[in-house]
Amino acid sequence: MPSQVSTAVMRQGLKVIGVAIRAEPRVFTAAVLSSALYGVMTVASSWALGRATEQVVLPAFREGRTSAGAMAAAALLIVGVAVLKALGVMGRRILAGVMQYRMQAASRRAVTRQYLRLPLAWHHRHPTGQLLSNASSDAEAAWGPLAPLPMAVGVVVMLVTAAVAILVTDPVLAIVGFLIFPAIALLNLVYQRKLSPLATRAQQLRAEVSEIAHESFDGALVVKTLGREDAETVRFRAKADELRDANIAVGKVRGLFDPLLEALPTLGVLAVLLVGSVRLQSGGMAAGELIEVAYLFTLLAFPIRALGWVLAELPRSVVGWNRVQDVLDASGSMEYGAARLDGRGPAEIEVSGVGYGYDPEAPVLREVGFGVAPGRTVALVGPTGAGKSTLTQLLARLIDPDLGTVRIDGTDLREAARGEVSESVALVPQQTFLFDDSVRGNITLGRDVPDERVWAALRLAQADGFVAALPGGLDTHVGERGATLSGGQRQRIALARALVREPRLLILDDATSSVDPQVEKRILHGLREGSARSTVIVVAYRMATIALADEVVYLEHGAVTDQGAHEELLGRCEGYRVLVTAYEKEEAERAAIDSDEEVVA
Amino acid sequence: MTTVTPEREREEREAPEPGAGIRAAERSALETLRHGLRLSPEFRRGLGGTVVLAVLATLGKVIVPIAVQQVIDRGLRGGAPDVSFIRNAVVLCALAVLLTALAGYLMNVRLYRATESGLATLRTKGFRHVHDLSVLTQNSERRGSMVSRVTGDVDQISTFMQWGGLMIVVAGGQLVIATVVMAVYSWQLTLLVWACFLPLVFLLPRFQRLVARRYTAVRERTGDVLAAVSESVVGSAVIRAYGSEDRTAARIDTAVDGQRDAQTRAQKVVGLTFPITELVASVALAGVVLLGVELGLHGAISAGRLVAFLFLITLFISPLQTATEVLNEAQNAIAGWRRILGVLDSPADVADPEDGVTLPRGPISVSFEGVGFSYPGGAPVLHDVSVDIPPRTRVAVVGETGSGKTTFAKLLTRLMDPVSGRVVVDGIDLRDVRFSSLRERIVMVPQDGFLFDATLEENIRFGRPSATTEEIRLALTELGLADWLDGLPAGLDTPVGQRGESLSAGERQLVALARAYLADPDLLLLDEATSAVDPATEVRLARALDGITRGRTAVSIAHRLSTAEAADEVLVFQHGRIVQRGPHAELVEEPGVYADLYASWASATRS
Repeated sequence: MPSQVSTAVMRQGLKVIGVAIRAEPRVFTAAVLSSALYGVMTVASSWALGRATEQVVLPAFREGRTSAGAMAAAALLIVGVAVLKALGVMGRRILAGVMQYRMQAASRRAVTRQYLRLPLAWHHRHPTGQLLSNASSDAEAAWGPLAPLPMAVGVVVMLVTAAVAILVTDPVLAIVGFLIFPAIALLNLVYQRKLSPLATRAQQLRAEVSEIAHESFDGALVVKTLGREDAETVRFRAKADELRDANIAVGKVRGLFDPLLEALPTLGVLAVLLVGSVRLQSGGMAAGELIEVAYLFTLLAFPIRALGWVLAELPRSVVGWNRVQDVLDASGSMEYGAARLDGRGPAEIEVSGVGYGYDPEAPVLREVGFGVAPGRTVALVGPTGAGKSTLTQLLARLIDPDLGTVRIDGTDLREAARGEVSESVALVPQQTFLFDDSVRGNITLGRDVPDERVWAALRLAQADGFVAALPGGLDTHVGERGATLSGGQRQRIALARALVREPRLLILDDATSSVDPQVEKRILHGLREGSARSTVIVVAYRMATIALADEVVYLEHGAVTDQGAHEELLGRCEGYRVLVTAYEKEEAERAAIDSDEEVVA
Repeated sequence: MTTVTPEREREEREAPEPGAGIRAAERSALETLRHGLRLSPEFRRGLGGTVVLAVLATLGKVIVPIAVQQVIDRGLRGGAPDVSFIRNAVVLCALAVLLTALAGYLMNVRLYRATESGLATLRTKGFRHVHDLSVLTQNSERRGSMVSRVTGDVDQISTFMQWGGLMIVVAGGQLVIATVVMAVYSWQLTLLVWACFLPLVFLLPRFQRLVARRYTAVRERTGDVLAAVSESVVGSAVIRAYGSEDRTAARIDTAVDGQRDAQTRAQKVVGLTFPITELVASVALAGVVLLGVELGLHGAISAGRLVAFLFLITLFISPLQTATEVLNEAQNAIAGWRRILGVLDSPADVADPEDGVTLPRGPISVSFEGVGFSYPGGAPVLHDVSVDIPPRTRVAVVGETGSGKTTFAKLLTRLMDPVSGRVVVDGIDLRDVRFSSLRERIVMVPQDGFLFDATLEENIRFGRPSATTEEIRLALTELGLADWLDGLPAGLDTPVGQRGESLSAGERQLVALARAYLADPDLLLLDEATSAVDPATEVRLARALDGITRGRTAVSIAHRLSTAEAADEVLVFQHGRIVQRGPHAELVEEPGVYADLYASWASATRS
């Protein structure tokens, strides 16, 4: 069973290598040729030494004299072969690297393109950490075997050359070689078979250790405020210990096989000496030839392990490749139609029969339907967890409904051409996201927008004051995820990002929650003055925001319970009344209690 | 809010100064090594035995050259080879080879055990220390770089420890042994070989530094790729909403290409450096042949010894080649250690006091005595704040963004220490209170209640690990959240997803609140803890908390002033000072900051 699995892995691994060869045939050919040169020259170097011993050294000792020409030839032979070998090694290493890095870069590009293409729903289903490692360590692992591959091919060339060389030298000694080298290859195979599951497990644990650290550091504030450092350390330690044990298990296998693999060729040399001396006695070969074969054995001992390195990389490569391929094969990418949303002025919205669920068992939205006339402002109101944010994502076509349609100016969003929706609709999500870029870059997102318009948007978002006070103004870098700004500042920049585009539909998902009431009030006033340009849908709890709206859509448990003007809903919708008057009622009750207390007093 | 200065400073300190002398750099590398080794005492466990085994394993490597020499000089002397002698020699040598392999195996196992144990300890120490750092230091670091301190950086050390460290011993030993054996055969040839290799000893470190520089570039570019990719993943919603896929793709491409080019540049240097030893070896080999024959003609060396010498050169090359890689690994390891030490050496500036005081349970009083605070390198954010909060009072803290409210909260929970003045609880300076006691008695609910990728129940239990399921259910009921719980598909077993992202922002806040409530503190501090919750639920929560916190001290920071109305006392912050204090009813009557805030809030919430 395990050997079957391994065979499958091997076949898949070779397939992956095949893909790389087809992608970079020229680099691969050049790398292999360099490596072949290296392989042949390695064998040649022992031959050169053998020649030098047989024709220069031994005669000189025998005859007590030598010629300068013979000496120079011997030296030249040795150095010349070494130079060719060095060239081979250089070409092999550099070209193998070039090939590997090109393939990795290509995979990274392809994977991240796919991230940008696939719908948000797909992103929701995949943990961030997994997507990150798909583009980094998996893309790296997939092409891991490419580094030792040319060397392995060179080694095969080397072995064939060596086999021929030994056969030519002495067929009897060749038998020793044909016993030892397959034994080394076999031992290598057993080694990799034993090692690869252990190494995979260690790799897996390494990722798990990293995940724990990531999550724990992400939640550092919570860990600290609840005094859970010890417990977290215990959790981490347990995983770190598992990793330690897995690494020790790997070490035991390595520790056993490495010395064995080193001992085998040495034993081979000893066998050559024994058999060779018998052959010498019978006059079957010369002393120089014996030296040549013995030297060849010491030279081959190390490179032959390159075959093992490729084998060792294969399982990791296959895992990495499959993970990368899963991303590349992911279907359900957002389909675009050909329709253009080229109407002018505020957009008209129509949502009908919309249903959506992250988990099909538990839909978040059911049969949602409402319409918004151009230029109107609609407040989406509903209790926590009612599905408001999901609805805003449907309106911006970040996700597609499972049932029903969302239309802008009568066009189903799914019919719209690529880029049309984002051109007309701007969503300011509840969770602000800023890029590691300048303030300007975060607002324009690479568009060519004159600074006056950027400042105008910042003014409208009540952000011009603090941006002007930043050391670099619009050019100030906001840091990773905008870390150098406060929550309220980040929200206002995100708001300016939406406003600068003068969208035909502006969607604000509780986009001012971190902003002070006074600042928020000014923002809302500004919006009202400018809102003639766009249709606005705003998720809100606050009365001031709701007061801005011409109409209210009230959601409860994923369904629209009521729709109409604020006053109408107050009159007829119990849930709505409870929700929006909660503060007032609370205050009134408290006042009543206070006055009761006064009466009692 | 926080500054990035500390990170910058650290990076500047870590970066090698271009003009700095090599000696200084090397000394600090040695110090780093020594300091690093001291951190993991496991490394030294049984080191003596391991070194003995390593020496045995190394000795085995001279077997082949000696065997060759013996066979040629004694076995092949005269006309016919002495086969019985050769047989005995070969059998003896084979036994020695097997013993060597055994020694190698035992050495490896001991080495792996010791180093892996040491590395696990190092990881855990680093992990713990990151949590011990103050929030200030934590926030100034990139999350990913802190994670790599306990993962990748430790891995970087492991290769050196498992292979490189001992290889220095082995390779050094091999050089010595090879030199000794070579000198016994012929001191002239030995000198020649050394003369050939000596330039390498000076050249290789130079190349090594070049390689190290190229690899540093690779690491930096790899960091760029990670940052670009993570932005595209974490910001996927915004990227789609604004149709900026192409721009993001272009940024990623730039990063990916930059990484590929840096890798290729590094590989070129490695590719050029690597065969140098072989070239030098071939020169040495040719030299030995020439000089050896010359010496042989004068009877100074036998043919067997000369041939054995040729084999010994191979033995001489391999430690040099190894040394190249060991140097590389050592550099990697030192860089890794430096980064880990960078964490471990950054002082836990808000530290658990030794012999700290344990506060008895019960209602808690808090005083700020002339407290001032400024972020490192920044302007003061709190000036001379003095306030007493008696036990059992409910205090609301209000003020505009940036007025110092959150700083006040962080000082009260000792997430940071004041720059001047002191914070006193129950008459004891907060800095003298044992952490375990402090965290038990004072619990803060931050605005962004981070949830772990586990079930709802496990997340709430984080507040008090010993709590039973019933207690957790009861806590939710007491907070008026039973209906919400019933509406969840799997109830308490609902998985919340990474960072709690399967729940809405408001729901995450509910969980965070329940978690803190379960912890049963004597002082509960809410930092805009219900900002994303709908008003009806918020009012319900506030009422529930009202009842629950009766008899406890409670401090809430809120921009919804309904909280302030319900509080016993309101602290109004402006520009880092408390400018007004008193009950809502009084403050709202007097003209000032509070009245303005209240008017604006009231107009925002009322129809």
